Amino acid sequence: MLLFIEQLLNGLQFGLLLFLLAAGLTLVFGIMDMVNLAHGSLYMMGAYFAATFAAWTGSFVLGVVLALAATFVLGIVLEWVALRHLYGRDHLDHVLATFGLILFFNELVRIVWGPEGLSLPLPSWLTAPVQILPGVYYSTYRLSIILVSLAVAGGLYVLVMRTRLGMLIRAGASNREMIGALGINIKLLFMLVFGLGAALAGLAGLMQAPILTVQIGMGENILILAFVIIVIGGIGSIRGAFVAAILVGLIDTLGRSFLPDLLRTVLSSTAASTAAPALSSMLIYLLMAIVLIVRPEGLFPAGRR
Amino acid sequence: MTEPLLQVENLSKRFGGIVATDGLSLDVRPGELHALIGPNGAGKTTLITQLTGQLTPDSGRIGFAGEDISRMPAYRRSILGLARSFQITSLFLDMSVLDNVALAVQAHAGHSFHFWRPARQERDLREPARAALAQVGLSDRLEARTSALSHGEHRLIEIAMALAGRPRLLLLDEPMAGLGPEESARMVELLRALKRDYAVLLVEHDMEAVFALADRITVLVYGRAIASGGPDEIRGNEEVRRAYLGEQKRPGGGHG
Amino acid sequence: MMSVVSLRNVCAAVMVAALVLLPLYSHLSGNIFALTLFTRILIYALAAASLNLIMGYGGMMSFGHAAYLGIGGYAVGILAHEGIASGFIQWPVAIAASALFALIIGALSLRTRGVYFIMITLAFAQMAYYIAAGMARYGGDDGLTIYKRSDFGGVVDLSNRTQFYYVCLALLLAGLYLIHRIVNSRFGMVVQGARSNERRMQALGFPTYRYKLTCFVIAGTMCGVAGALLANNTDFVSPAIMYWTRSGDLMVMVILGGMGSPFGPVFGAIVLLLLEELLSQFTEYWPIIVGPMLVLVVLFARGGIDGLLGRRNGD
Repeated sequence: MLLFIEQLLNGLQFGLLLFLLAAGLTLVFGIMDMVNLAHGSLYMMGAYFAATFAAWTGSFVLGVVLALAATFVLGIVLEWVALRHLYGRDHLDHVLATFGLILFFNELVRIVWGPEGLSLPLPSWLTAPVQILPGVYYSTYRLSIILVSLAVAGGLYVLVMRTRLGMLIRAGASNREMIGALGINIKLLFMLVFGLGAALAGLAGLMQAPILTVQIGMGENILILAFVIIVIGGIGSIRGAFVAAILVGLIDTLGRSFLPDLLRTVLSSTAASTAAPALSSMLIYLLMAIVLIVRPEGLFPAGRR
Repeated sequence: MTEPLLQVENLSKRFGGIVATDGLSLDVRPGELHALIGPNGAGKTTLITQLTGQLTPDSGRIGFAGEDISRMPAYRRSILGLARSFQITSLFLDMSVLDNVALAVQAHAGHSFHFWRPARQERDLREPARAALAQVGLSDRLEARTSALSHGEHRLIEIAMALAGRPRLLLLDEPMAGLGPEESARMVELLRALKRDYAVLLVEHDMEAVFALADRITVLVYGRAIASGGPDEIRGNEEVRRAYLGEQKRPGGGHG
Repeated sequence: MMSVVSLRNVCAAVMVAALVLLPLYSHLSGNIFALTLFTRILIYALAAASLNLIMGYGGMMSFGHAAYLGIGGYAVGILAHEGIASGFIQWPVAIAASALFALIIGALSLRTRGVYFIMITLAFAQMAYYIAAGMARYGGDDGLTIYKRSDFGGVVDLSNRTQFYYVCLALLLAGLYLIHRIVNSRFGMVVQGARSNERRMQALGFPTYRYKLTCFVIAGTMCGVAGALLANNTDFVSPAIMYWTRSGDLMVMVILGGMGSPFGPVFGAIVLLLLEELLSQFTEYWPIIVGPMLVLVVLFARGGIDGLLGRRNGD
């Protein structure tokens, strides 16, 4: 039972991380109509920056703050140098160009940091477990991930629904003329939005760094998950992305923990241990397949806004 | 009196609170050009969409060639002989003019799971396409890339595509829209020629063309037919003048 | 007619002639490496051609096409591992498996559009990667060694480099010819029309989904054949062959060669693989050059090599 609660929270935490990533993608896609596969690379850079800065400064918190800033700046530089030339083009062009960027970033990381990957150790005040319910302990760090993610999600909600910038974001790329007519500097707006998206990716990357991984190619797998989430949740729907992300996080985490045991009740032990890993990784895709069959527009398709 | 080819009886369609079609009845006889006019938003395109089957009416009956087609799916109506041209041209711009119309012919030629023979050499597809394009006067542009042609020529291709399926009734949705004076004249002549072989339901704003071509005119306002009759009748009708004709400052002028 | 003697056709003819004569050169000069390199190029050209069918002509941007290389390869590998070395059994299984997967993946993916289609095909390919990596019995992550090439009795000996090369060339040319027929047939017209203006196709009365799906299955099957060839070529199959960056490579080959052009994929495969070979001689960090190069190609050379060879169809 304790294990279940722990895995439930882990699933929630994973889901929230995925949401941050998906939200950044949707943001850039929504306002600039730009498909950015290098979003995964920004996720990776966030993790690498955090590990490096934390090691340099000796402080976890300082490392995190610097990494966030660095990723934000990197996003802006990327937009300025490469991506702004792609606006208005075919999505396929975006896919290919940003694919090229992924290759570039992966190689860059390999050259600068080597192929081995890094680690980001947690300070002691974060490793100690905290009591969330009587008798139930949970990792402080994972709890803080959940809280930070929820706070950021809340902040995004306020930004998108309550501010002028948010209105522009919701108005979408098709109303670029309207945005221009409102006297907003489009170039600056796009640059900042892209930076924000990059920061979100970087935040997700650095947050998972101590508990999961800091290595080359980590961005791509999670990026695919982010797209799966957007498809399940409904294209253009941030609310849908949120629900889908939590759902995916829970299914993946709970599936991986409990599926092997579940299978052992129906299959032989060896069959279960060979089938379980493959099946667990497939669960999310099965969910996506079901959604695509039953409700191809997604769970919460964005209606006419 | 000849039996009407198309018979619309008491057709109604609402979208939430908006009444698009309000108990509309009209008919089109073979060899007749029946024009449908009315202010923007009167429901003209909605009517056409219900006739082709892309939209289902809430109530009423649509009869075609003696059959009740009210519930018939769109592709079957097209096989029966109902063809439409689109108000906003929607062509295969990166393909040749002949390819465009040949596709329209192919749509009526059964399934297309044929993988071997070159379609561009199939007489069954190319000949009717050539014939349709000859009818609209584009025989000299067959191999040109569609994107290279003018807007007016695109409209002609639209009509050729409607003709490709050997229809009996043509539903033409504002074929004159956006045409200059020369192209408009050409279109009027084409419509006059088409009248001979097909029944035509013509939705138009160009009053000069309408009064030159129509055998009968129905005036649609807020989804309701407020008047129906020959051109002289309609021209003299007070209600029609007030509701619609008065708005037309320049007959034959392009609309918005 | 002038069009027959166009620059494009001349280049294609020269290229085919060179490919036919390559083994001769290889034997005379003793440069066996060229033979093995070009065998690999031919196989990837076939895979790229199959992708060109759905991407260039059908407008379906599949980012998961390398999955079929893996499916074809693993069909051969798994059967070989289980003691079935006969090509007459292995290859039909490879074809059937690829067709089945393409049917399932296509049926689901084609319910989405645009970038979502791209990412969903990618997702399915990654799923295939993980399944293969999870199959401990067949090598898992490390891959599966194939000790004996597909046995075709006395018909052809695949372990002979030259014979194998010609098998690959024959299959490539057959594949290109098949694609040529398909693309210009009534079926091909529907697929091209759906790429050009799907709404209008549906308004005309074509149920486009089934045609696109059929095209998708044909392409997947062809790529599965390439996968069987690849497994034989390397005597090895591993999940890495299905990793999404491989699908990206295939896409690059298609675009580099010119999407929707008959010989483009072959040009693209030759250029990309030769470039990789060349660059890797200079530096082990060559991917860092390929990445931005790709960005530049996308930004500036839209029509690919085919575009450089001259305009087509009254552009």
